[in-house]
Amino acid sequence: MSPDTHPHLSLKLPVWRTRLVLFFLVLAFGGLAVRAGVLQGMERGRLQAQGEMRYGRVLEMPAHRGMITDRHGEPLAVSTPVESVALSPSKFDITAEQRVQLARTLDVAPAEMDRRVEAGRKGFVYLKRHVPPEVAARVMQLGVPGVLSQREHRRYYPSGDVLAHVLGFTDVDDRGREGVELAYQDWLAGVPGSRRVIQDRRGRVIEDVASVRAPRQGRDLALSIDLKLQYLAYRELKNAVVTHRAKAGSVVVLDVGTGEVLALVNFPTYNPNNRSHYETGRARNRALVDLFEPGSTLKPFTVAAALDAGLYRPESVIDTTGGALTVGRHTIRDVHPAHMLTVSQVIQRSSNVGTARMALALPPKQLWQVLSESGFGTVPRMGFPGEARGSLRDPRVWKPIEQATMSYGHGISVSLMQLARAYTIFCGDGELMPLTLLRRAEPVAGVPVIAPATARAMRDMLQLVTQAGGTAPKAQVAGYHVAGKTGTAHKLVNGRYAPDRYAASFVGFAPATDPRLIVAVVIDEPSAGQHYGGQVAAPVAASVLSGALRVLAVPPDQPLPRTPMPEVLVDVAEEV
Amino acid sequence: MTRLNLLLLALAVACALGAVTAQHRSRVLFVELEREQAAARQLEDDWGRLQLEQSTWAMHQRIETVASQRLRMRVPPASRVQIIDPASVVGEGAR
Repeated sequence: MSPDTHPHLSLKLPVWRTRLVLFFLVLAFGGLAVRAGVLQGMERGRLQAQGEMRYGRVLEMPAHRGMITDRHGEPLAVSTPVESVALSPSKFDITAEQRVQLARTLDVAPAEMDRRVEAGRKGFVYLKRHVPPEVAARVMQLGVPGVLSQREHRRYYPSGDVLAHVLGFTDVDDRGREGVELAYQDWLAGVPGSRRVIQDRRGRVIEDVASVRAPRQGRDLALSIDLKLQYLAYRELKNAVVTHRAKAGSVVVLDVGTGEVLALVNFPTYNPNNRSHYETGRARNRALVDLFEPGSTLKPFTVAAALDAGLYRPESVIDTTGGALTVGRHTIRDVHPAHMLTVSQVIQRSSNVGTARMALALPPKQLWQVLSESGFGTVPRMGFPGEARGSLRDPRVWKPIEQATMSYGHGISVSLMQLARAYTIFCGDGELMPLTLLRRAEPVAGVPVIAPATARAMRDMLQLVTQAGGTAPKAQVAGYHVAGKTGTAHKLVNGRYAPDRYAASFVGFAPATDPRLIVAVVIDEPSAGQHYGGQVAAPVAASVLSGALRVLAVPPDQPLPRTPMPEVLVDVAEEV
Repeated sequence: MTRLNLLLLALAVACALGAVTAQHRSRVLFVELEREQAAARQLEDDWGRLQLEQSTWAMHQRIETVASQRLRMRVPPASRVQIIDPASVVGEGAR
């Protein structure tokens, strides 16, 4: 059966029809091949990325801010997670009822909530930041479209207003704005990382593709502050400021051996956890930032310079000319006039005339050198933002009257921290210790300022101040010898000394025979009748020292009158 | 020839199944790892919160108030404190 014989198959078709079909088939296959080539060859990268976008995600890996602790590891600033509730600008439609629910759950006024929701139409807006995780969970349960919750960190300061000035605070984005938080921002701050992952359709991460950037957690920071002493100093300072109706006050406690700041308190203060009543006046770290004329607390440095120069000895007699000394057109007067005083008595009775005479016997350069090397007129460089430099003028321009007044602490301005640090030269072998706000592992070397023998002589003289006949018997601490110096300076108001405004100060150290602690106190404008450093500032120093020496278990250097102990205690002791 | 091909085919199928199982197991383990890491983060957060809570309860201000007002404790005056040098006590005990 050949095809020609079959009537249907012997049908003759025109050749072009077969050709046409063939042509279209080739065209179609050719088109497919070209398209495949283009997709596979030229657009491969873009398509792969598109594909990955469907299931790949870049997740942020949060990093928390480091903790700040005191020297014994007590937490002082801790970051805890909180949620921030936000509204994303994508399509949303929030009913009035939902707004009321949101406002109630987040504790926001309904009118304010309306305003925020309206603002949310234009772009991303926070409904409320830093809410507890439980509250955020309840908000998410409302199921309002477009509302989302982000994890953030909030800083808490368990010690509250006691340590506010040292720690400072962070802003709402967890960046340090004041104090240690600002100074050590780079150390404390964590750097969030990110990673690329594959998620399944339920949003669970099923595979880690690559870590784009590893997060760096914030590092912890141990301060030199001893929270116990800090609280003690705070309590005593607050009492004193309230009792004497003072404007402000500061206390600094230093460890003599290491130069560590054990306590640093200012009053008034603020609560860093709730800054709604925040005022800059309360937030200032007065002990470091504010300057005052130290008055008589500066006298020991003049005396030390004179002793060191070999011009005087503690028992040398000075003619104090009846408590008045005329230099140029000015007259310097003493509160307790006397005719003849030994150098020790000049310190003990805080004689301006005696100190001025000793200062005038020195070349200006020599006095300046001791003051300058004691750290006056230079920034303490403890790493705290805004430390004051103070002023100590160039000795080449000193007039004799200036040299005389400077010897007892006028015409020079210092911060309380500088004053406290300067007293370290009397506590050891005449060396100035570098200060720090961080815990130090080992003792550091000081910079020699005066001879060790001079430092020893000064310690003996400064002890007389707190004994009967001195200006600060109220600085005595039972069981310990306390050395120190009082100061009462008129405050400068618009360039003139105000007759009724004082800064009462006291700097002391104990035990005087082997000093461990320096306590410096200044009370600004006491206005309850008493204004002398010995009356206002010295008792604060005494109570701080007495508590601090007990807490640190420093053995007493003065025999106590022994009282018989209760029988019970003796029995117990024998059983042991 | 055919036999070799069949063998190779069986081998290829076995390998493919192995790869699938391995992938599956890796995902299961990965999910577990994720869960543990989330738990670790949660515990770390809790630890921070507890530390905060502890230090709030242990605030010196509060302890002092409780000690002096509720427990009626006070610091003994220095005259009623006897300081014992540990070295001398040990010495006496040995005698």
